[in-house]
Amino acid sequence: MALLKVEDITKHYVVRQTARLFARKSILRAVDGVSFSIPRGHTLGLVGESGCGKSTTAQLVLGLGPATSGRVLFAGETISAVRDERWRTLRRHMQMVYQDPLGALDRRMPVGEQVVEPLLIHGVEKGAAARRERALSLFEAVGLGTELFKRYPHELSGGQRQRVVLARALVLEPSLLVCDEPVSALDVSIQAQVVNLLQDVKARFDLSMLFISHDLKVVRQVVDEVAVMYLGRIIEQGPPDALFRQPLHPYTAALVSAIPTPRRRMRDRIVLSGDPPNPVDVPMGCAFHPRCPRAIARCRTDAPALSFIGQGRLAACHLVGGNAARVAA
Amino acid sequence: MSVASHEPLVTIERMTVDFDLGGRLVRVLHGIDLEVRRGESIGIVGESGCGKSVSWLAVLGLLGRRARVGGKVMLEGQNLAVLGERELSRVRGRRIAMIFQDPASSLNPVQKIGRQIEEALVLHRGLSGSAARAQAKRLIDRVGVTDAARRLDQYPHELSGGMNQRVMIAIALAGQPDLLVADEPTTALDVTIQAQVLDLIREIRAETGMALVLISHDLGVVSDLCERIAVMYAGRIVEEAPAEMLFVEPLHPYTHGLLAALPDLEAPSQRLIAIPGTVPTPGVDLPGCDFAPRCPEACEACRAVVPPLANSTRRRRVACFRRAPAVGSERIAFSERASELVS
Repeated sequence: MALLKVEDITKHYVVRQTARLFARKSILRAVDGVSFSIPRGHTLGLVGESGCGKSTTAQLVLGLGPATSGRVLFAGETISAVRDERWRTLRRHMQMVYQDPLGALDRRMPVGEQVVEPLLIHGVEKGAAARRERALSLFEAVGLGTELFKRYPHELSGGQRQRVVLARALVLEPSLLVCDEPVSALDVSIQAQVVNLLQDVKARFDLSMLFISHDLKVVRQVVDEVAVMYLGRIIEQGPPDALFRQPLHPYTAALVSAIPTPRRRMRDRIVLSGDPPNPVDVPMGCAFHPRCPRAIARCRTDAPALSFIGQGRLAACHLVGGNAARVAA
Repeated sequence: MSVASHEPLVTIERMTVDFDLGGRLVRVLHGIDLEVRRGESIGIVGESGCGKSVSWLAVLGLLGRRARVGGKVMLEGQNLAVLGERELSRVRGRRIAMIFQDPASSLNPVQKIGRQIEEALVLHRGLSGSAARAQAKRLIDRVGVTDAARRLDQYPHELSGGMNQRVMIAIALAGQPDLLVADEPTTALDVTIQAQVLDLIREIRAETGMALVLISHDLGVVSDLCERIAVMYAGRIVEEAPAEMLFVEPLHPYTHGLLAALPDLEAPSQRLIAIPGTVPTPGVDLPGCDFAPRCPEACEACRAVVPPLANSTRRRRVACFRRAPAVGSERIAFSERASELVS
């Protein structure tokens, strides 16, 4: 059974088109029908450009805000956004790591105490010495020297801070870890250290992870499966090696080809024209069609569904797999 | 893109920068030497705090009162380091233009786009009125902003990040500079938009023959646009080489480490080789090479003396005792590295 199951969730916000008081209200579809599941011990990567809804999806998964429709099941239990006793118990098993470690840490508290704090909040370990012991073992697990236990966040480097955040997330022995751009704020040499660490703790603690990033190269390093989002929907999903080597959806193809890589200088880059459309004003049919170099007439009217292509891969495009056959017929 | 000549445009000589932290001077740039030739594109890479931005802000005198800048900056025979604010402002924008990471904070939020481009034209080209207006429209068209006429009457918040960066480029082009310094110009942009902006810079260079200094932490971005690359670490240039050589055969262990730490999208998935440790804190000066504490190949000499940036071959320089001058030719350096890969 999947540890986490997300069933057709949506998140809509009502926004005013302009700053005027009586302006027409419209709906911003941040997440527009997303489904996926994560088996125990597996990692799913969510990738896409800013505004595609990947972070909103993470918030819904953690029950940090109510979904407009659909539901999220964690170990068979529905996650609601009502902050009651049950929500707190569930939250013990799902933890998160964000992009900016300095913003996630309390600047006036020694980092060691911040790793102890979750144990206090959830009443997990009795006795100060036992809690300290446990926090110290986590320090060791994330590669932090115990001499840093009494330091304050500003005394640590960016990489060390992110290790503290990770230790704090792991101290409750969660079964799901949600990481939102965990290495984006770090320099290349430090980024590699943290990426390796994430792989290690995943194996060591048998974690399931939802890993969100705009950096496809990092995602490929960490995840078992990857889902590409565009304007609130998953448009392609599959095992990372196959998906990045041979993207099926034209958007994924453009995304992959746009990544500058030092070892490959001159190559055929697909440069998309225009910006991603405003999520308030999603185009009819396939949301990607105005920028798609391969769009056909049908793309302007019918939104393609995410469907199985084979070999564990899914894509939402009229020109791919079974969909393409139907178009041709 | 071989518009580069051998004529130097900007020559930086032994440039140092110290910041005055309430009486205590902290050195962040330890004397760099760099030459930018007319029409060439050079990339400056390194991690945060390595001095890549500071060095070019210092060139243009934009560091503020707390900075002490030493050394020389020659722009075609004129020493910029001794110029006053007044003379420098004639260099900025007209000879050397600069664009930054976050276009939204470089643009004035309460002025229309058109007005801001015209301002640059009035200042640097002496145009006015309808001539400036027409030229502004030409420029904004040139940088690929769609619907140019309407955009001139819009404010920065009405444009996307990619469009605003195009506007910044238009303003930079207004003075027809000989050199564009682009400091992380695409870091805040999504990859598909980044690809558009990099292509735009490439086209404009091909058209105008403008030289480019591209400052970036992203080796991929730099390799995309630059002919020559300088790698900086802790306030020093540690390696400089033609782009294709640097990526195929990095000499300095730090460059080597940076490339190894970079995940690859196509190669078989394998564990990343991280550089251990962290960047040294500015102001804490150790004797010897700054990279020695993290370097797998450091020897006695590395911990005692700072290695000078010396020519390893005619076309490249490296600051490393283990790699540099003794090795006579590119061929020997390459075979050395090849045997290392095999073992």
